[in-house]
Amino acid sequence: MRPFDYHRAADTDDALTALADRPDAVYLAGGTNLVDHLKLGIVAPDLVVDISRLDLDEVRELDDHGLRIGAMVRNSDLAAHPLVRRHYPMLSRALLSGASGQLRNAATTGGNLLQRTRCLYFQDASTPCNKREPGTGCSALEGFTRNHAILGASPSCVATHPSDMAIAMAALDAEVIVLTRDGERRIPVVDLHRLPGEEPDRDTVLDHGDLIVAVVLPAPGRGRSTYRKIRDRASYAFALVSVAARLDLDESGQIREAAIALGGVAHKPWRATRAEEVLRGAEPKRESFTLAAEAELESAWPLPGNAFKVPMARGAIVSVLTELATEPTEATELSRPGERTATTEGADDDG
Amino acid sequence: MTMADRLQTSAVGTGTVRLDGPDKVRGLAPYAYEHPVDDPVFLSPVQAEIARGRAVDIDTSAAEASAGVVHVLTPTNAPELADTEDGELAILRSNEIGFRGQYLGAVIAETPEQARHAAELITVSYVQDDHDVELREDHPGAREPESGPGEITVGDFGAAFAEAEIRIDARYSTPMEHNNPMEPHTTIARWDGSTLTLWASTQGVHPARSTLAPILGIDPDRIRIISPHVGGGFGSKGVPHADMMLTVLAALALPERAVKHAVTRQQMFSITGYRAPTLQHVRLGARSDGTITALGFDAVAMSSQTKEFPELAIKPARIMYSGDNRRLTQRVVPLDVPVPSWMRAPGETPGMVGLEIAMDELAEATGIDPIELRIRNDTPTDPETGRSFNRRRLADCLRLGAERFEWGERNPEPRSRCRGEWLIGTGVASATYPANRQAGSVARIRFTKDGYEVAIGAADIGTGTWTALTQVAADALEVPGAEVRLRIGDTDLPNATVAGGSTGLASWSAAVLTAAQTFRSLHGHDPEIGAEAEGKAEENPAAETHSLHSFGAHFAEVRVHEATGEIRVNRMLGVFSAGRIVNPRTARSQFVGGMTMGLGMALMEISELDPRFGHVVNHDLAEYHVPTNADVPAIEATWLDEEDPLAGPLGARGIGEIGIVGAAAAIANAAHHATGVRCRDLPLLADAFLPNT
Repeated sequence: MRPFDYHRAADTDDALTALADRPDAVYLAGGTNLVDHLKLGIVAPDLVVDISRLDLDEVRELDDHGLRIGAMVRNSDLAAHPLVRRHYPMLSRALLSGASGQLRNAATTGGNLLQRTRCLYFQDASTPCNKREPGTGCSALEGFTRNHAILGASPSCVATHPSDMAIAMAALDAEVIVLTRDGERRIPVVDLHRLPGEEPDRDTVLDHGDLIVAVVLPAPGRGRSTYRKIRDRASYAFALVSVAARLDLDESGQIREAAIALGGVAHKPWRATRAEEVLRGAEPKRESFTLAAEAELESAWPLPGNAFKVPMARGAIVSVLTELATEPTEATELSRPGERTATTEGADDDG
Repeated sequence: MTMADRLQTSAVGTGTVRLDGPDKVRGLAPYAYEHPVDDPVFLSPVQAEIARGRAVDIDTSAAEASAGVVHVLTPTNAPELADTEDGELAILRSNEIGFRGQYLGAVIAETPEQARHAAELITVSYVQDDHDVELREDHPGAREPESGPGEITVGDFGAAFAEAEIRIDARYSTPMEHNNPMEPHTTIARWDGSTLTLWASTQGVHPARSTLAPILGIDPDRIRIISPHVGGGFGSKGVPHADMMLTVLAALALPERAVKHAVTRQQMFSITGYRAPTLQHVRLGARSDGTITALGFDAVAMSSQTKEFPELAIKPARIMYSGDNRRLTQRVVPLDVPVPSWMRAPGETPGMVGLEIAMDELAEATGIDPIELRIRNDTPTDPETGRSFNRRRLADCLRLGAERFEWGERNPEPRSRCRGEWLIGTGVASATYPANRQAGSVARIRFTKDGYEVAIGAADIGTGTWTALTQVAADALEVPGAEVRLRIGDTDLPNATVAGGSTGLASWSAAVLTAAQTFRSLHGHDPEIGAEAEGKAEENPAAETHSLHSFGAHFAEVRVHEATGEIRVNRMLGVFSAGRIVNPRTARSQFVGGMTMGLGMALMEISELDPRFGHVVNHDLAEYHVPTNADVPAIEATWLDEEDPLAGPLGARGIGEIGIVGAAAAIANAAHHATGVRCRDLPLLADAFLPNT
């Protein structure tokens, strides 16, 4: 671990200034990812600017009934917030399906969005990685790819974005508020993260020193919604595939609108726009859901070690949409051991 | 009381709460790293980043100049060793590299951070050779284990299998797994020029000393190892590993300084042992009534070029079932990998995966209920030696379990139960573990003003030794437990054998019982202060005449999601025949712990060794999955109310390992019942239950 300077930011201006002329400086919020990286020797900042005490920890209802979430709001607090539980159960469930209780107590909203991939080779300083050291090659491509992408990857990088929270925010059409040296920017969450392309070292569209100060959720959409995470153990594991979905039916029972985002499958939260198009105006039945899932997964490019994610994603999408299309009373009857019914008020802690 | 007598129990058999519990929850029970020492320094190792070859240059200049650095250890300046036969422990002898992660040196500094930073400043230049880390059945390097057995034959397997009415012929595999105890391997070592003192996390202070002394060329009397509390070992602290030796070498180089070293989680994946992966070819020939006539079991296990460790997967098949014609072969393949070691029930645990899934396949092929099939092939005598078992109560365990698990309600047809999108199935498997007792432990009982001090260098690795051995001593002395003061975990106490192979409590108790008997015969029931007696554990004579084993049965119910392939366990039941249970509370904890570890083995545990690099790439607890609370359902463990006179006067057999043996197979069999998919390779991940496209 390289020795570094530490500076506690007094306010957001101070934070921005601190990073301005220091290309090797980083922000520290909850530290749940950065501190690991320091110990693993895969980042070596010369200055750590602590923003964890900035006055950005408020959740506020907006005039349009949306929600403004301060960047320093802890994951546990956000998941438990009454307005989130009532109006955005999908987000609450996504948050609670991530990490562990201890980590959620430390992790922040802004930091969660900017956490880095858990690709094993990215996290291992002894193996080549284009994301960590551009031009050295991708060790994952022919390696252990269970946690890797099936959509939107490139030969340079097949890593996935690991956040659960961000998947729900992508489905909710959330925007991030970013302070830059040139003023404030609003970026849709779906556009915050990049696909790897030839520059896998760049996770997001943010420039050095840009500071996320808030996430804004628009007023809750109509219909029922949920978040389901498929993983190798019941808690404290990253998603193999996750689905954030909202399904809205019109008066005649047809699908008015669906919003779907997938996690665990791409370098960014993957908004399933093709599936959404197929569903618009369709019958809310298994056949439609299967067609929608297949339309989305048509472009999947799995690796030898993660080809299972294609049928898994298809199965998860169909299963979640079927659940959302089923009347709540029936959903309760169909509830399975160890599972909680979706779309109830908020969510239960699963970890 | 003579050794042949039965112990009159009062404390034994009661669920005394852990005597060390209050200290543990208050942080007053010191683990190895926590012992206060004067003038500590901290060690951080340097590890090889190639799997085979040579470090042609180890540049330590930047590290030596780094703040706080006291010493840099390399093969060039490492202290001499008297004996270098043990390839795992004879570290820093040369720059040759036998596996990725091998120690090349260490930095010792005034703070842990300084040591770690300086270790990163060391640059190593390599000449890399091709390495081979991939286990395969037809590997040209496959050979019989040095310690045997390579082949066991009874009757004519080939002919009997060829003639069998029903044949099962299938291949199974178990993965590399890492023990991952909660407390990492830690050592504090101090050499004062004549005596070496170690505060270490070990499953046996005396065995560790016996291992280290000849290698170091230091008289055992001048080595003291202290280890009163250990935060789990699961076999990985059964013998000293290279981390302890590295700390000792640093201490020898820095007299009077206490060198502290805690292995990191990542380092554990290359330094402190693991369960070797196995490949198993199982062939069962049977009559249509299920009677096994031919049993073939060919096992191949990974081993290391650095030091051989044989994962003897053939072990359980030797005694589990009848069958007049048997052929079992065991091979090991030494590869350029870290050194495997003990992990909870080595041999039995992987070996029961192939055998017990094959038995489920035989049940399916014959249409016989899997419990009935096992009972039909139960055997009153050891099928290899013809010796009688101590009370072999496998059938009783299966029957009691069947009743409690409501096995009778089961529709044997796969895919016959579901709830919503979850397919539900149940499965069964047998359990077994040898009932060994080791000779050589010595207990010393001394009457003091505070009561009876019972001293023996035994270990408590979280199993409950502090409590259970106190109970045994109390009954042996015929006094209340409050009058016994147990002392364990120190080589200054009388010799004790290892807490391993489920032998600990039975072996140490034999010494305590003998000491108590001698004490009473010398000093009566009203002893003087200072009255003292010793007793030694002898060989169990029954081991010469009988085949001594514990048996049990595992039942599991799983659910598999039809759309996503997720698999979870709903409930488990284990029924065990393990002789007398000394403390039901700590015993249940061990059984349930073993079953939980079996759940991990079945559903998630796998160390992913990347063949290109030669190291385990999922080397932390985020990516090496062990069960979380949410994965562990209602697990119930129960046992037959019995005692085993052949186990000795205590009537108890060891219970540390049998809980895991067979548990994974029961889950795999339940998954087949749920889905119709037969998985023969662990762990059972969601992939197995999804369509191919």
